Parts: sequence; structure tokens; C-alpha cells
Amino acid sequence: MGTRRYIVGKVLQAALTLAFVMVFNFFLFRIIPGDPAALLLRGTSAFNPENVAEVRAELGLDEPLPQQFLTYITDMATLNFGESFYLRGAPVSEVIADRIWPTVLLLGTSAIASAAIGLIIGIHAGWRHGSRFDVGSLSFTLFVYAMPEFWFGILVLMAFAGGVGPFPAIFPTGGYETPGADLTGWAHVADVLNHMFLPFMVLTVSYLGEYALIMRNSLIDVMNDDFVQTARAKGIREKQVLWGHVVPNALLPTITLTLLSLGFIFGGAITIEYVFSWPGLGLLTVQAIDTKDFALLQGLFLLFSAAVIFANLIADIGYSYLDPRVRAA
Amino acid sequence: MRPTEAFGHADGPPVGVELEPTPPPEVPKSPRKIGWARRRMSARRIWRTYRKNTLGMVGLVILALFIAVAVFAPLLADKEGLEATCPCNGVPFSPPSWDFPLGTDNFGRSVLTLTIWGSRISLTIGLLATAISMLIGSVIGIVAGYYGRWPETVLMRLTDWFLVIPFLPLAIVLASILGRSMVVIIFVIGVTSWPSTARIIRAQVLSVKTRPYVERSRALGSSHWHLNTRHILPNVAPLIFANTVLTVAIAILSESTLAFLGLGDPLQISWGTILESAFAAGAASAGQWWWLIPPGLAIVFVVLSFTLCGFALDEILNPKLRRR
Repeated sequence: MGTRRYIVGKVLQAALTLAFVMVFNFFLFRIIPGDPAALLLRGTSAFNPENVAEVRAELGLDEPLPQQFLTYITDMATLNFGESFYLRGAPVSEVIADRIWPTVLLLGTSAIASAAIGLIIGIHAGWRHGSRFDVGSLSFTLFVYAMPEFWFGILVLMAFAGGVGPFPAIFPTGGYETPGADLTGWAHVADVLNHMFLPFMVLTVSYLGEYALIMRNSLIDVMNDDFVQTARAKGIREKQVLWGHVVPNALLPTITLTLLSLGFIFGGAITIEYVFSWPGLGLLTVQAIDTKDFALLQGLFLLFSAAVIFANLIADIGYSYLDPRVRAA
Repeated sequence: MRPTEAFGHADGPPVGVELEPTPPPEVPKSPRKIGWARRRMSARRIWRTYRKNTLGMVGLVILALFIAVAVFAPLLADKEGLEATCPCNGVPFSPPSWDFPLGTDNFGRSVLTLTIWGSRISLTIGLLATAISMLIGSVIGIVAGYYGRWPETVLMRLTDWFLVIPFLPLAIVLASILGRSMVVIIFVIGVTSWPSTARIIRAQVLSVKTRPYVERSRALGSSHWHLNTRHILPNVAPLIFANTVLTVAIAILSESTLAFLGLGDPLQISWGTILESAFAAGAASAGQWWWLIPPGLAIVFVVLSFTLCGFALDEILNPKLRRR
């Protein structure tokens, strides 16, 4: 009973947030100083009044604002994000669909790997906080946090793909697969994995510290709870206290925070895909910046936002199943 | 989740930083003097506690070093060296040598000179963007926390929305629409990084406004303005300060990322734009490590120092952490 109301409430909230992002996106492009049509043509040879007027008409910018908004909403509902300006007028939704798989593959695997490794490090660090392992993992987290991911990526690229000094150049310098090799079956899979290894490693290392820290703090909070004392008083082994009583309770807030950090990971993905020329949405974003392809940029922005909102919704709903107290509140 | 929140209580309980008791002060003459004497006293007390925090002191020393480099840049390196056409330039892409301790870039400019002067732009952008972010975050946090009811609902909804929008994609869209300039970068980082501050400040205002001295002041007929500026703000200020220091670290990181993606000011040299031009010129595949490592290390150390100072201050000033 309460569950259904809770879920409906959360879904409505997510829908409202998505609506806000869309309205925000609409105005972002329209209340900016200057003429968007002129902005599109600025710096190109086609920059003259007639062309500007033509582009205005094409983009529907000469219509009244409410009419524009209506068109915009209809377009959004039918997943029509306009045409990519520089990719020869290809529809934005198709361009994005073409590039989504490499990003899902890279981000998905590295997010899972960094969460898994991070949680294990966090559990060990928190269980013996103050130990050398704990201090070591904290310092590592602090250092990695201070490092721009792209710089870390460049260093790794230089060392293991460029081969500087004593480092062997054992990995390809970038891309998704060996161009022109036309591999199939397992050979193709191995080729892609070989290309994926470096960006995967950089992303995983960049984010596992954060997960470790969240898990560690959550574990330390739980360790002071009464039920842990009770478990110990019953005389069960320490290992069982940790894995049977402390970890399951400490995992709850960590799972939420892990899903919530997705928006954060997108940021890293954009720069890392660029560094390793991984042909996903991140590299597409950088190409859109370079070519001033606003329609494409906005489509990507909406997609990234929608993904984060969706992840938040999943986190909220999942949490309510893991911890029934949330639904009651 | 923003990194500052993730690092919330890095040391875990029991932290227990106790502020030291202070000797009884001499009695000053006027109310204004009393106020200042009290402020001086609490500043001294905070400093005494801060000094015992080793990591905080390490951060402060590194930070002082970088600020000194930024301030005295003209004494350390000739500004001429930033010009691509300067006769003082060496052979392009040369590794470190006696004349160019950190080697040269694609124009033959000294990487050391670039890094020294880059500190000015990077720090300026970091500090100004943080100022904007703090202003927005504090005003929204205080208004929402103090007035409650519908202003709170509206403002917190807005804050939650902005928290959800992924930071970098939003900053990219804004920066590419508004064009490439330093002012735009500062503005973009400022207006995209305030939500977590607003939430922290609001929580603190909620706790401050129910305290007896605020109630008494209200009973005596104080205006909203008086209550906010005399009672609420001074009590939230320490938290704002600690948060500011942590936000500068994020702002500097954000600047380097935006610059690296080609959204930096093409006329100003920051650590981020050095890295961008180095990567675009193929320094990574050519193995020109001297061009890539110095600006990157500078970013790491500055961000690290701000973070360490921020944690130390947070531990002293944040009542939530002190309590334990």
C-alpha cells in the first residue's frame, strides 16, 4: 500500500525533474545574448544577413515564443532533437544512437569494477580504521581526487601506449578496434578489449577511491550501533560480525550514493574518451564542441541528464525495497 | 554526490577536535570594540587548533608557496616568454636543459615560464568562480532556511534539480553557447557549483534560527534584515568559509577540465590550456613528458592543498563533525 504510493511519488518527482531540465534546455538556447542563428553561422563563410534569416526560419526562431515552445515539446516527445549541423545534417537521435554502445560498454564495466573494488577496499579500511591500510587508502583517495582524470589518462597513455623511458608500449594509442583489420568473432572481441583496457583502467582507478571512502565512513557509522555489540556478545566470530551484520547495513547508503554518482562519472567519461579517442558519446561531445554543433550538444545534454534522473529513480526505488523504513517515512 | 560530500567526515568518529579554552579578556570600552575583541579572540583560538592539524598545515604551506609564485610571477619569469614570437624562445619541443629547466613547447616557449604564469589565471578563475558559487549558495541557503514555508519549498526544489543535472555536460553547453573567454568560464563554474553549498548552509540556518538568542532578538522586535545579518549570518559564516576553501579546489579542477575540452580563453594561459595545447599538439604520443607533467602536477598540488586546508577547517568549524 505504502509502497505503491512511495513509488508513484518518486516517479512523479523524476518526471517533474525531467520536465524542468527540458524547459531549462529550451530557454538556455533562447535567452542567451545575441541571435542563436548568428551564433551558428559565426566564423563560417556563410555568415551574412540572408543566411542568418534563412537559418532563423529553418530553426523556427522567427515564430512567437509560445509556438516555439509547443514545437519544442512535440519534438522532444517524438525524440526529434533536430539535425546535427556539421555531421551533414544527420538526425541528432541517429548520431547519438550510433555512438551510445561504446560508452555503455566502457562506463558500465568500469563503474561496476570501481564500485566492486572500492567497496572491498572500503570494508577493509573501515573495519580496521586507523590501520596502515586505512591511512594508505585514504591518502590514495585524496591524491586521485586532486588529479584531473584526463591528466591521469594522458600519463597512462604516454607510458603504456607511447612507451616513454622504461615503459613498454604494449597497448594501442586509442580507438575502438584496429582500423581495417576486419576481425570477426573472438578475435574482434579480443581486439576491442585490448583497446578498452587503458581507458577502462583509468576510469576504474579514478573512481574507486570515492566508493571506498563512502563505504568506509558508512561502515564506521554502523560499527558503533548496538546490534553489533549484541552480535559480538552472542560470541559469533569477528568475520561473521563483519560480513553478516555490519556490511549488509553499511551497504544501504552506499548503494544509493553509488547510483547517484553516475552524473559525476559522465564528466570523467567525456575527457577520458577524448584522451583515448574512444568513439562514444564523450568523444562525440568533444567533437560537437569543436564544430559548434549546438543541436548535438543539447541532445547529448538532455540524454546525460535523463540518464542521471533515471539512475536516481532506480536508486530511490531500490532503496525502498532494501530498507522498508524509507517507505514508511 | 559532489566530492566534498563524499569526503564529509574523512577521519570518521571519534574526531573530537576540542577548541581550547581561552584566558579571560580585559574589558574593552565600547560595544563595537567588544565585538572586535571577540572576533580576534575566536580567530586566535581557531588558529591555535588549526596549527595542531598536521595535514592542514601541510596544505597551508603548499598553498602559500603557490600563492607566492602567482603573486611574484614577474620576478620569477619574464612575461615576454609567453609570446610565441619572443626572441627568448628556444628550439621547439626540446627536453629540459640548463636554459629551459622544464623544456619547451611547440613554439619553443619555456614550460617553466608558462606554468608560473599559468598559476595566476588558474588561481584567479578558481577564486572568482568560488566567490560566485558561494554568493548564490549562501543566499539561497539562508533565504530557504530562514523564511521556510513556500520560499523554502521552491528554492530547495530548484537546488535539487540543479544537483541532478550533471555538472560537466551543463557547463559544456553553457560555455559553448556563451563563447570562449575567462569571464564566461568563471560565470559557468560559479553558476553550476552552488547547489551542495546551498544545502549545507540551509541545514545550518535551520539549526541556528531556533536558538534562544535569535528568539530573544525577534521578541525584542528585530527586523528580518537585522536577524539575518547580525545573528544568522555570523553563525553560519564559519561553515561558509570552510566550504569555500573546498569549493576552490573543485573550481580549479573544473577550469582545467573545461580548458582541456577546448572551452578555455584562447588568450589566457592557464594550467588547463597548457595541457590542452600540449595534448592537441600530440605531446602524449611523442613522449614529451616535460610539457605535460609540470602543469598537471601544479593542478594536483594546488587542489590537494585546498582540500587539506578545507578538511582541517571543516573539522574545526563544522559543528556536525566537532560534536563527535
